[in-house]
Amino acid sequence: MALLQISEPGTSPAPHEHRLAVGIDLGTTNSLVATVRSGVASVLPDAHGRALLPSIVRYLPDGRVEVGYAAQARQADDPKDTIVSVKRYMGRGVKDVTHIENAPYDFVDAPGMLQIRTAAGVKSPVEISAEILKVLRERAELSLQGNLSGAVVTVPAYFDDAQRQATKDAGRLAGLNVLRLLNEPTAAAIAYGLENASEGVYAVYDLGGGTFDLSILRLSRGVFEVVATSGDSMLGGDDFDQRVFCWSVEQAKLAPLSPRDMRLLLVKAREAKEFLTFHSEAGITAKLSSGELVDVTLDTETFCRITQTLVHKTLGPVRKALRDAGLTVDEIKGVVMVGGATRMPQIQRAVGEFFRRDPLNNLDPDKVVALGAAMQANVLAGNRPQGEDWLLLDVIPLSLGIETMGGLVEKIIPRNTTIPAARGQEFTTFKDGQSAMSFHVVQGERELVSDCRSLARFELKGIPPMVAGAARVRVTFQVDADGLLSVAAKENTTGAEASVTVKPSYGLADADIERILRDSFEHAREDVHARALADQRVDAQRLLEATRSALQADGQLLSAEETSVIESSAQSLEKLMKSTDHRAIKRAADALNRATEQFAGRRMDEGIRRALAGRKIGSL
Amino acid sequence: MNAVAGKALTSNHFELFGLEPVFALNADSLDSAYRDIQAKVHPDRFAHAGDAERRASLQWTTRVNEAYRTLKDPLQRAKHLLELRGVDVAFESNTAMPADFLVQQMELRESLEEAVAAKDAASLDSLRKGLVEEKSRLERNIGESIDARGDYRGAADLVRKLMFLDRLDAEVDLAYEALE
Repeated sequence: MALLQISEPGTSPAPHEHRLAVGIDLGTTNSLVATVRSGVASVLPDAHGRALLPSIVRYLPDGRVEVGYAAQARQADDPKDTIVSVKRYMGRGVKDVTHIENAPYDFVDAPGMLQIRTAAGVKSPVEISAEILKVLRERAELSLQGNLSGAVVTVPAYFDDAQRQATKDAGRLAGLNVLRLLNEPTAAAIAYGLENASEGVYAVYDLGGGTFDLSILRLSRGVFEVVATSGDSMLGGDDFDQRVFCWSVEQAKLAPLSPRDMRLLLVKAREAKEFLTFHSEAGITAKLSSGELVDVTLDTETFCRITQTLVHKTLGPVRKALRDAGLTVDEIKGVVMVGGATRMPQIQRAVGEFFRRDPLNNLDPDKVVALGAAMQANVLAGNRPQGEDWLLLDVIPLSLGIETMGGLVEKIIPRNTTIPAARGQEFTTFKDGQSAMSFHVVQGERELVSDCRSLARFELKGIPPMVAGAARVRVTFQVDADGLLSVAAKENTTGAEASVTVKPSYGLADADIERILRDSFEHAREDVHARALADQRVDAQRLLEATRSALQADGQLLSAEETSVIESSAQSLEKLMKSTDHRAIKRAADALNRATEQFAGRRMDEGIRRALAGRKIGSL
Repeated sequence: MNAVAGKALTSNHFELFGLEPVFALNADSLDSAYRDIQAKVHPDRFAHAGDAERRASLQWTTRVNEAYRTLKDPLQRAKHLLELRGVDVAFESNTAMPADFLVQQMELRESLEEAVAAKDAASLDSLRKGLVEEKSRLERNIGESIDARGDYRGAADLVRKLMFLDRLDAEVDLAYEALE
């Protein structure tokens, strides 16, 4: 078939050309970007050779934005406009965040997700995170000298649907093609497993700045299988800083602090915590705005005592994951330590005692997640030949369910189900002639709706009049490979159909994304239309490439007539690529997608047939 | 989707994996068939593909995961086998169980409640140990009924018992959580 020769800068003209793909660890404290070059994964440093980007964003009154070290340097001077640990607020309302009173920000409680009033206006955590991602994208494009074809962005395994959706939205907002959301401990296991050619069952203990994950994986040649995952998305190294901060305030008998002093003392608390990893005591000195001088000394013993409950708190999820996996401590071959907070000696000790073996620390706990994400991005981009790639089987961390009568939860998909997964459940009307039903989708392990996280509410209308209990409404939950949920409901007794698909309410609607993009581009004086056109062309190009390689590989599955339908559809798209009407390109791409639907199905079928060919079918 | 569904979307999970429909399944054969199929259809293989292929990959992978989950779990596997044999296990309506079995279940539940009230992890451990043994005994009997004797009615009775034990097992899990 006719090959497409048009080539936008950075898009690959040939199917097997190396695609630029990166892995991004969007951390609470620090973020990193990594890529695979010549088969080796490495972290991409900034112009000054620094690998880490502090996850700190400062908004200036003139609309300018500082990210990273520049923002970090000003955090004590400008605490209200300098957002640290924004990850804690992703997909969260004001009520969901612990110790929110200790954060110096002007919070705005918006439905679904909180927002922060800054010198540059009200910003959502998604927009703030997008600023961090944008800097990393630019760093990667500069370093790799081309536009990125896609990125894998990591999330804590224990992130719920709202937090995942928010992260994916931030990626889109930063102009990234998010190939996959990857769980952080899974990313670490990929990096560790490949580096050490490990086989067997491993636990990944991942204590980051703001989140804690514990995943248990079975590694065997070519397969990374998550068996169980557990954690606490509101527990991390930040909490240890917080304890040291509170201890200092108590020791120095300080009156309530101004936001500036609070930030200053928190920074000192963090420095003391880090110092104690290699020393037996640390001084905390700070000159407050009142002129008052704080000067206290924290020793290791006191530090362990005031953080003991936090260390202990991590072991609950560890036990839960082991129970879910049906495994005992003795069956775990090794414990991989991830996240800067695992450097604390009391953590190392507690984990060592629990698992009765020394934790594995041979990879840099700050970098291992980004490196694993880069390796996965390289596979998803199709840069590794088949046979040299691997299969990743991950799970959903929290059960998904629906509210039933009396505020109870009916679980539809239980936690630790391998994704993608779909499950349906039938519901019926409880009144004669009832024409609508409302549904409330929740996530969590508790029996009461009020103890779970509310994800979405929606209504199914147009149910034909029937006696109570006669309608058959099937609600289907589908979780995709990113761990994101979509829900559909359908009434099908009378043949009359009504269906609705919902996105969780914390996620931004496409219209919101468009608006924010428009605003930000107006600000940057970029042309929205040019941007949309460029996006559509890249998507169309990708689709044409995929179609072409599919036809090359499995063209024999189609009749001549079917082939020509797909080819003519592809040619129309190819012609339109040169036009400047992004909507027309989109329509043609949609048409090609529709034309290849049957072909796609047959290819999957054929894939399964080939996978089983030559296999013994027992005595059948 | 139905228009293009071939053999791969059969509702027979054994057929999907090319396995003989028996209860005493070879776990290694199931694992390797599952992995070989996933290697072909998993969304990771189609991250750069068009919408149609990504959608198909999602549907197929979902289907394969569901089949794998069913065959991996002895209770679900037994239910599926009996359904294939046309035996309605009727879990929801048919709750008539032998009296001695029900008495035994009540006793087990009482000891569970006592262990929770006394926050006694050791009793939970021994309760679980007993449950695990009882479950594997039942599973052996189910295997014999289905595979050797073709006694599907008898197997259905045993499957119902296994369901009771599974539920109790889940409650033991919750009890452990409550203890922490």
